[in-house]
Amino acid sequence: MKHILSQIFHTGKFTMGFCIFMGILLLMVFYPLINPGDPLKIVSIGTFARPGTYISLYDAVDSRLNTLKLDEAPANRLESVLKMEDRVKMVMWFEAVEIPIGHLNIHDTEALLALWEEHYDSTVRPEGMTKADRNYFQRLDESLNRVLVTKEKILATRDASTAELQEIRAIEDTDYVNLKNVANVKRLPLGTDNFGRDVLKELVAAIRTSLVIGLIAGTIATLIGLTLGLISGFIGGIVDDIIMFVTNIFTVIPAFVLLILISYSIGQDQRGPTTVAVVIGMTAWVWTARAVRSQVISLRNRDHVNLSKLSGHNLFLIIVTDILPYIASYVVMALILQISGAILAEAQLSMLGLGPKTTEVPTLGLMMNWSMLYTAHLNGYWWAYFPVLLTIALISFSLNLMNTGLDQVFNPTLRD
Amino acid sequence: MGKVMLEVKDLKTKYITRFKEDVYAVDGVSLTIEEGKSLGIAGESGCGKSTLALSLMGYYFAPLHYMSGDIIIDGRNISSLDPDDIRKNVLGKEIAYIPQAAMNALNPTRRIIRFIEDVMKVHKPEMTRPEVYEMARKRFEILGLPEKVLNQFAVELSGGMKQRTVIAISTILSPKVLIADEPSSALDVTSQKMVIKMLRDLMEKGYIKSMIFITHELPLLYNVTDDIMVMYAGQIVERGASKEMVFDPIHPYSKGLMGSIIVPETGTREHELIAIPGTPPNLKKPPAGCRFAARCKFATPECRVYSMEMHEFGEGRSHRCRFSVEHLREVYANG
Amino acid sequence: MAKELCLSGKNVTKIFGFGDKKTIAVNHVDFNFHVGEFVSIVGESGSGKTTLAKMLLGLIHESEGEISFLGKPRDIKGRKQKREYWKDIQAIFQDPFSSYNVFHKIDAVLLDCIKMRGGKNLPHDKKVEMMTEACSFVNLKFEELTNKYPFELSGGQMQRLMIARIFLLKPKILLADEPTSMIDACSRATILDMLQNLRNEIGMTIIFITHDIGLAYYISDTVYIMEKGNIVEYGPAEQVILHPSADYTKRLINDVPKIHEEWDLSTV
Repeated sequence: MKHILSQIFHTGKFTMGFCIFMGILLLMVFYPLINPGDPLKIVSIGTFARPGTYISLYDAVDSRLNTLKLDEAPANRLESVLKMEDRVKMVMWFEAVEIPIGHLNIHDTEALLALWEEHYDSTVRPEGMTKADRNYFQRLDESLNRVLVTKEKILATRDASTAELQEIRAIEDTDYVNLKNVANVKRLPLGTDNFGRDVLKELVAAIRTSLVIGLIAGTIATLIGLTLGLISGFIGGIVDDIIMFVTNIFTVIPAFVLLILISYSIGQDQRGPTTVAVVIGMTAWVWTARAVRSQVISLRNRDHVNLSKLSGHNLFLIIVTDILPYIASYVVMALILQISGAILAEAQLSMLGLGPKTTEVPTLGLMMNWSMLYTAHLNGYWWAYFPVLLTIALISFSLNLMNTGLDQVFNPTLRD
Repeated sequence: MGKVMLEVKDLKTKYITRFKEDVYAVDGVSLTIEEGKSLGIAGESGCGKSTLALSLMGYYFAPLHYMSGDIIIDGRNISSLDPDDIRKNVLGKEIAYIPQAAMNALNPTRRIIRFIEDVMKVHKPEMTRPEVYEMARKRFEILGLPEKVLNQFAVELSGGMKQRTVIAISTILSPKVLIADEPSSALDVTSQKMVIKMLRDLMEKGYIKSMIFITHELPLLYNVTDDIMVMYAGQIVERGASKEMVFDPIHPYSKGLMGSIIVPETGTREHELIAIPGTPPNLKKPPAGCRFAARCKFATPECRVYSMEMHEFGEGRSHRCRFSVEHLREVYANG
Repeated sequence: MAKELCLSGKNVTKIFGFGDKKTIAVNHVDFNFHVGEFVSIVGESGSGKTTLAKMLLGLIHESEGEISFLGKPRDIKGRKQKREYWKDIQAIFQDPFSSYNVFHKIDAVLLDCIKMRGGKNLPHDKKVEMMTEACSFVNLKFEELTNKYPFELSGGQMQRLMIARIFLLKPKILLADEPTSMIDACSRATILDMLQNLRNEIGMTIIFITHDIGLAYYISDTVYIMEKGNIVEYGPAEQVILHPSADYTKRLINDVPKIHEEWDLSTV
């Protein structure tokens, strides 16, 4: 046993797959500990908040202020307002009102701003420019003015009865707060999804659900396949014919179509993750049964099985002690592939909206489904779908790698 | 004395297992075969006789590795050639090899004549297809194979016929040495006889100049080859003319081996079988001294320490036992 | 030779498949094996000898004909009858390497035999004693084998352990299906000796199945020659081998290489 284990871990493929899978498992176990709470809680109003760190502005104004005199601060401020696309638009405005720009370098902020200040007039209505465009330039001009002219800003509270503003503090452009002093800072490493839920937290919970679905479905499929394969292979004759007939029927009907039909007929309300797992398991056993059957047929004629019969052992004992141990390694490999297949099947079903009930648990497939429905992929909200895709790929990849590694150890024809 | 066709000097080769252990399967084998002669190699399974057959071709591929020694075919040392050279210029032309499962080597979807055309394309590209066919037809006729086989597929032939066809194809270039490793063991007795007859025809008609025949079936060897060599644990323990080897073996191991012969003829039932207890040594760590000492009835403590080289004791005969021929004969006579 | 009938068959036939795929593996054969007899069934591959052996063992059912055991028609329809029958007939198979369950230790193999003989509740010492006796019958040391797995043994040792198993079971009939074809010539003599000991000391009837006509001649009292599912000739070994009457037997003997007589290569 120890020898076999050392051999298994000697194969690079298995070790690599194992490490990836363990990494995913560790994430699944430990992330909820450092970030507890309901994964489906809506944290942001509005959809698809970008990944990053969010600081509470309300708390920030009350925090202790420090004065930092930083030379690059005005430039950075300007930079955050004047994006590349704004510069291009500015040039377009110059062209629209036929102002010669000469050899203006678009990256030369000073020259560009000088030209803008000199010529911009919000009353001009260049031909062919829509109202929306004109408004855009007006807004740009205002924000540039705000940035360029560093006036102090006044924080005030409104008196409840008189509605008069009461100044509490003036904020200079050199005022800073330490992030540590701000009471509320929220990190969203993968942003939020269409409902405003924390994607990372949801993803970790989804991995757990999907793995559970995979495990249940894989176990059911392997158990059904193993039982039918053993019975049909060992007993043979009419029993074999009947089982193979059923198996062949299931083979010619595409399993996925069957899956869709069953899921659809169960109905949205009845589909929990367990139901979906059972349905997937019930449709995926076919090739396991066939493979186990062929292995058992080659084993059944081995002399040790004949000897076991001659020793008066009953059918059950022979199958358990003389057949099962010989195909155990094969069954483990089949189980791994079934798990991987079931996770993919769940993802596919959920993508079509036939997965588990959509509001109660997150699964990898459901996350994909929602981001697709809210066209995250068209609007560039990559954080809503790409990490999910990557996770599905990694789980499937690691399981398949482990399977190949095991195959190298247990399949004598692949030994070198 | 005829011209020496194959000479092997102190050949050593090893296997490297997948746990990176060395198995010294051929450990210092020397032999010579003259033109027109055949040599049989006998021994238990695992004694290295099949490895020797592979090693003699000079074409090594993992897990078999060459260590030292010379293989000289008709005056040309092939052990120093590179594998590509051997594959192109030695295999098939100088030395041909027929394994036990040779008949399974034929691609069942091609006609037999195509295999011969392939061989000729490499070695005699100037021959046209009708010429090749004519040559193959003649060769098949002489060897007693029906002409229609040439246009058949391998699946249409019986096991014995397939094996004979493979032999005919392998020897189409008239190699100097033919190595046959259990060529008839998987066949029934009648097909076996046909294969043997064909090999003998090949020798008599000069299509092969010499032959090494490897088998564990001693009665077969006795009837096929001029000389017999007995191998044990990677080494040769005795060599001599077939008749002398069977009826007057000297080395205790050969004695045991010859004592296990059973044939269906008068007197067999009265003859007592000799059994050799124990198992051959592990070739990963060959024992010092005589390798057979642990199983030998006549061994003394010295046998486990001192090893002997092969030494001659008569016309073409040599053995590896420490004891003298007279001593051994006396011991055998007294039981 | 005892003349009491041990196992006999009349019109025993086995047909595999049906319709176009029908093959007759064993074709209406009759045989009479007597108590204490050493019988050889000789045939080449495809002669149906292994199929006949499996029918004798009750591992497959005959399509036609009747097999009688100790003078009475054999009844092995139910599981109980089968268990009883297998107390009286046991087998040694050709390939020792596939005859063992590689996950079971040697002790388990031998203990199973004691259990089958009804010795399940014997004290442990007694069991060890029985196993030691069985091992010493085949020149093996139980102390060296205990807690080992079968694959740690050589082919010859495995086959001897199979005989030790038979020694423990002491069936009335032993069916040996080519027990020496996968092991070396040097170990072969030991196995044959032990089979003869089983016959001489315990009085077992031994049915020896082989393709090697020389071996059959050497070891057996009676020889049955099979060709393509038919028994073409049978009788005392001396008579069948030295004075064959069937053409097939003649050819078979003629085609086997010999050492004292000339091997005639011109007759192929």
